Amino acid sequence: MIRLGYFPGCSMAGTALEYGESIKAICEKLDIELVEINDWNCCGATAAHSLNHKLSLSLPARSIALAEKQDFDEILVPCAACYSRLINAYEEVKKDKKLREEITSIIEMPIEAKARPISVLEFLEKYVKDILAEKVKSKVEVVTACYYGCLLVRPPKLAKIDRYEDPQIMENILKIIGTKTIDWAFKTECCGAGLSVPKTDVVAKLSGDIYADAEKRGAEAIVLACPMCHSNLDMRRPEIEKYLSKAAQMPVLYITQMIGLALGIPGQKLGLQRHFVPVKEKDLKIVAELA
Amino acid sequence: MSRIGVFVCHCGENIGATVDCAKVAETAAKFPGVAYSIDYKYMCSDPGQTMIKDAIKEHKLDGIVVAACSPRMHEPTFRKAAREAGINEFLCEMANLREHCSWVHAKEDSTTEKATELVKMLVEKVKKNKPLTHIKVPVTKTALVIGGGIGGIQAALDIANCGHQVIMVEKEPSIGGHMAQLSETFPTLDCSQCILTPRMVEVAQHPNIKLYTYAEVESVSGFIGNFEVKIRQKAKSVDESLCTGCGLCMQKCPSKRIPDEFNAGLSNRTAIYVPFPQAVPNKPVIDREHCTYFKTGKCKLCEKVCPANAIDFNQKETIIEEKIGAIVVATGFDIKHTDFFPEYGYGQHPDIIDGLQFERLASASGPTLGVIKRPSDGKVPEKVVFIACSGSRDHAKGIEYCSKICCMYTAKHAMLYKHKVHHGDAYVFYMDIRAAGKNYDEFVRRAIEEDDVNYIRGRVSKIYERDGKLIVRGVDTLLNSEPVEVEADMVVLATAAVAQQKAEPLAQTMHIGYDAHHFYSEAHPKLKPVETNTAGIMLAGACQGPRDIPETVAQASGAAVKAVALFANDELTREPLVAVVNRTTPPMFSTCVGCFLCESACPYLAIGKEEIKDRNGNLIKTVAYINPGLCQGCGTCVALCRSKSIDLNGFTHQQILSEVMSLWNRREEYAEV
Repeated sequence: MIRLGYFPGCSMAGTALEYGESIKAICEKLDIELVEINDWNCCGATAAHSLNHKLSLSLPARSIALAEKQDFDEILVPCAACYSRLINAYEEVKKDKKLREEITSIIEMPIEAKARPISVLEFLEKYVKDILAEKVKSKVEVVTACYYGCLLVRPPKLAKIDRYEDPQIMENILKIIGTKTIDWAFKTECCGAGLSVPKTDVVAKLSGDIYADAEKRGAEAIVLACPMCHSNLDMRRPEIEKYLSKAAQMPVLYITQMIGLALGIPGQKLGLQRHFVPVKEKDLKIVAELA
Repeated sequence: MSRIGVFVCHCGENIGATVDCAKVAETAAKFPGVAYSIDYKYMCSDPGQTMIKDAIKEHKLDGIVVAACSPRMHEPTFRKAAREAGINEFLCEMANLREHCSWVHAKEDSTTEKATELVKMLVEKVKKNKPLTHIKVPVTKTALVIGGGIGGIQAALDIANCGHQVIMVEKEPSIGGHMAQLSETFPTLDCSQCILTPRMVEVAQHPNIKLYTYAEVESVSGFIGNFEVKIRQKAKSVDESLCTGCGLCMQKCPSKRIPDEFNAGLSNRTAIYVPFPQAVPNKPVIDREHCTYFKTGKCKLCEKVCPANAIDFNQKETIIEEKIGAIVVATGFDIKHTDFFPEYGYGQHPDIIDGLQFERLASASGPTLGVIKRPSDGKVPEKVVFIACSGSRDHAKGIEYCSKICCMYTAKHAMLYKHKVHHGDAYVFYMDIRAAGKNYDEFVRRAIEEDDVNYIRGRVSKIYERDGKLIVRGVDTLLNSEPVEVEADMVVLATAAVAQQKAEPLAQTMHIGYDAHHFYSEAHPKLKPVETNTAGIMLAGACQGPRDIPETVAQASGAAVKAVALFANDELTREPLVAVVNRTTPPMFSTCVGCFLCESACPYLAIGKEEIKDRNGNLIKTVAYINPGLCQGCGTCVALCRSKSIDLNGFTHQQILSEVMSLWNRREEYAEV
């Protein structure tokens, strides 16, 4: 059985509750054990690295150090922003011995950069892709636009994703569960991110353009893997509708929810009912596989 | 007792500001064997050299040490002065007080002390110097020109017109290079083909030029004046002596869907082909990789239709050996293709093209006969965006340098487009406009002011398709730094100029240097721009770095002169700083035991075997022999010789030991303190 460290971050307990629920649900089905890191703390988010470089390294470093105490080689970090902060701290600390010593003294804990943070994309590619086909119960045949946003694939030096302007990781996973994916132009565009709160008009435009391109090219659902992107595309839908001057009711799902549906997990357990834009399971064209 | 002269140079402020030169000269005067010592502001100047010459005569010096810059810079200058004063030039040594001392240390007493010690070492060395005489080698008065683009053509014609033989090797089936692909040339907009093709013909018809097309340089051995070059002539599968160039074979060839290299992939060609109608030689070759017969064993349609019986499927690749005196490397450049740009769609959109493709679209001989039509649907684009610096000057892309030609050809492209599509809109996104050259800036201004090209200073972050338009998203960094979106019908990327794909292996074949980007290195960035560090091999054109036609032609003529200058003498003199195997009295004859470890170590293949025979011709022993014509004086054999039988002239064991021992004495001085 595969056993991984799990760093939920604040989103999995709040705005992206259903993301966390679906991750746990599919891991259970796929015999992957996720163990929450004891006493994990805030990744520092945008605030820390805008204000204090050392703080922005120390916060995630502490969680990594804790994971090392629990003997994990890898930590699954589902939130794209948390992942970016953790992988940044990990790489910095790994390559610089002096910095490692300094951070150790700040967090009062040894850190050796042994426990590597992995994103959902890497997790799916490494642990799910190969075993998924034999576990699929139903095909989810809805036409989707896979949306990556920024931090899952950038900066390229940290995310180390091939074709970072046109990634294919989610497409390849969805292919296994029978989902059709479109080729489109906005898969790595900015959703508006943190401007969600102070400048909703900017988010409406950026997310609205993303929505419009996906819709125009025939998508029936948007699939993504980032809590921030999800909240902008889902929660800010009234603003998007206003910007586009039309009704826009295409659902936005986490890729783990899509996988969950294919594994036969009930929508309720995957948190489908939690979205602002309602997800109607019949629209997702779920076709049971004949045994 | 030696009579050594020491001449300490200030090199203006270069040495003088950091090292107390007067004190160095004063201290040096007290070194054993030093008969004369002086310092001067510019030793390399005429008064400085005169000072050295006079001192040699007046003080009957039998060796001199010039304490100045690197010997790479001025050793020849001071050796010449020594020779003119009547002593052997190899009795002159240089102590490098600039690169090895003043440039790398602060102004301190210890810096002057170090300078003094450097002088002391060289004084001890020069005492052991022996007069040496130059080595004379014959010169083969034939030049090899590698590459048949405009650089190679110019160099070949210049050398041939001076009455020397030239062998030109071109890897493609025709000469002409990139210039043959261009539509019109900046800053005069004259037709590229019209100025180039007559020269191509001249090359082909010149009695002194032997042309090998569809051929590559396989190996280069030997040395300046005496290279031996092997040329691999690829099989053309067409007997050129029979072929009339009628073109029937090309009409009938069934494999017609091969991307046409000459048209930068914008059209297709057949498997038997000439690259373009004005090709030189204008006779086809069979591209065996794509030929139906070579792939499946069936077809031979070209053979059936050829009225001259010129098709020869059995032709073999051959190796041609030539003796060469000088080599001009003019292998040109390549460009990055659109697939290099993730943010512009990984080269997947047919209407995002590179500069060479635009040249073909604009060219009268191109696939659209000079009408600007976009590749996807053949429509005339109403709005075209040109993006300068695509890849160039971009650390993130690994290309830090400026490609130099793009500012000008982008202005030209925009202008040509406006001349052909009057109602169309042209946009240029740029970082800076680098139009340094005669009439260059005027040309760019003309594009902006007379042809109404919209220049936007800013970068383009993304191009994507929306409703059949290419959305070019960038920023206008002037005034308000506003984001800009242009809905274009076609986008032309001025992609970075890069080294030829095979530049690195060819450099290794010729033993010439190259930089991190595989552009070939000149011997000196300012004073030896056309020579390489390997004597007898010259550079011309963009193989050395991106450059335009005028600069390439000028450099090619420069390279040609260097070759012709070499051919002006029947013999070449080489520095005698080569390794020698010693000779001792009988019965040893030499301490060399004939293990020939040195032979396998020599990077220049200069070491062979020599038989020592008695007067009756009976073999006494076989020892190593170092060919002074081939030896480059690297010293590898010296270090490797187990019996210390090899010494390097000018850097003998004795000389090196003397230098080291001069510092040992200094240690004793310290001990006393």
